[in-house]
Amino acid sequence: MGAPYSEKVMDHFMHPRNVGEMENPDGVGRVGNPICGDIMEMQLRIKEGVIVDAKFKTFGCGAAIATSSMATEMIKGKTIEEALKLTNQAVAEALDGLPPVKMHCSVLAEDAVKAAIDDYLRKTTGKGLEGWKPRSETEEHKH
Amino acid sequence: MRRVYLDYAATTPTHPKVVEAMIPYFSDKFGNPSSLHHFGQEAKAAIEQAREKVARLIGAKPEEVVFTSGGTEADNFALEGVAFAHEARGRHIITSAIEHHAVLECAEFLKKRGFQITYLPVDKYGLVDLAKVAEAITDKTILVSIMHANNEVGTIQPIAEIAKVIKARSQALGIRIYFHTDAVQTVGHLPLKVEELGVDLLSMSAHKLYGPKGVGALYIRKGTKITRFLHGGEQENGRRSSTENVPGIVGFGVAAEIAEQEMEKENKRLMELRDQLIKGILENIPDSQLNGHPGLRLPNNVNVSIKYVEGESMLLNLDMQGIAASTGSACSSGSLEPSHVLLALGLSHELAHGSLRFTLGRYTSEEDIATVLKVLPEIVYKLRAMSPLTKGGK
Repeated sequence: MGAPYSEKVMDHFMHPRNVGEMENPDGVGRVGNPICGDIMEMQLRIKEGVIVDAKFKTFGCGAAIATSSMATEMIKGKTIEEALKLTNQAVAEALDGLPPVKMHCSVLAEDAVKAAIDDYLRKTTGKGLEGWKPRSETEEHKH
Repeated sequence: MRRVYLDYAATTPTHPKVVEAMIPYFSDKFGNPSSLHHFGQEAKAAIEQAREKVARLIGAKPEEVVFTSGGTEADNFALEGVAFAHEARGRHIITSAIEHHAVLECAEFLKKRGFQITYLPVDKYGLVDLAKVAEAITDKTILVSIMHANNEVGTIQPIAEIAKVIKARSQALGIRIYFHTDAVQTVGHLPLKVEELGVDLLSMSAHKLYGPKGVGALYIRKGTKITRFLHGGEQENGRRSSTENVPGIVGFGVAAEIAEQEMEKENKRLMELRDQLIKGILENIPDSQLNGHPGLRLPNNVNVSIKYVEGESMLLNLDMQGIAASTGSACSSGSLEPSHVLLALGLSHELAHGSLRFTLGRYTSEEDIATVLKVLPEIVYKLRAMSPLTKGGK
């Protein structure tokens, strides 16, 4: 395989946590595009500023699925402020690292979380995350 | 775990008889073929014997076969060798959009050095249009390079017809245009004679036909002016310097001999298994499609796209269950774009990312095919259930 993965990546890939959809999610974020082969959709249930549940669906490679799974695990139970601090590096580190060509998948996972929070804030306050744009769209892909 | 290897287009296991034939040339018969003494001459004789075998397989004269380090070198040698030998007459080269990177990147290299390259498009099956070949030829054209069969989708090009078009156009223009074909996927797999194909140069690779890795050959029609590829010795008639890979070349010869004997029977067997696998996938997995030509296709190639799922994730799941396949998805190659071949056939990015290639070979059994047909639909169902592109899994 062109991208040898850690055991943790393979575990989250073969047994992804929090796969699926929820009814009437409070925030939905969809990032990525079919051109580069990864699409992530994240759904959040938010109560009193705390993420009480997170679900995802991902079209993509092993790393895309594993980072989605790990990111949902990392934000569950966190406040919005804490979840916004989640970085792609933290997701990658929690998976015991990713091959360099797959780091963009962790960026996508970070984006998906922020996009879902952005959607939640727009719905509840009428204003999204100030000045935020998905990094996966603004940064050059480093494959 | 029972392992099912279905990636024979990537490489094949070396045939036991090939290994056996090679072994003495590592130790007892280790001589340098350029040496005048017994040790050298023994090795030299072995190389010439192998050359005859490889030449016979493709219907060439032994002196028209130059051994190389593999298919990539053969392609590079053909393109650069002809380009540099004939650039005084013209600097135009025609190739296709679906060539192997060994040809495409070589063409790009020449482009940077002032050559003009025409990339012919292909139709949805991967076939080059004869009329477009004729249209592309100008009085500055020196070389046309079109692969015999595509390594990803298995489509077999009408090489003999293309050769006729090139001949007619070059006669009308009063020029000599060389015709090269990358036959890495067909030599030893399809009956193939250089005279019938009408080519001037043809690339081969031993490890695709149960020979060893690190050895290949370029057929160069007698009378073809070509710039030497490696400098530093008079090996291979001064066309390719470097001490010969004697064990590898000996192995290539034996592999060619075995291929010639077994090809017909083996092809019949492989085509049956191939069609079983294609039929099984298309029938058992909704929203799946065959890529490449349904009929003009390598006997061992199955390439499918499965909607809503990505190739690498299918590949990893298959590998976990012992099945080795390949994909045209960008994710496994480390590049941004998915397979240039699938895109050239007109597939959407999504379908190109959702492609799987199974290539069958000598040790593929009906049981292997049944295993894939049992395992793959389950994997697809599981991945579709987590895909945002579909509802509910099916």
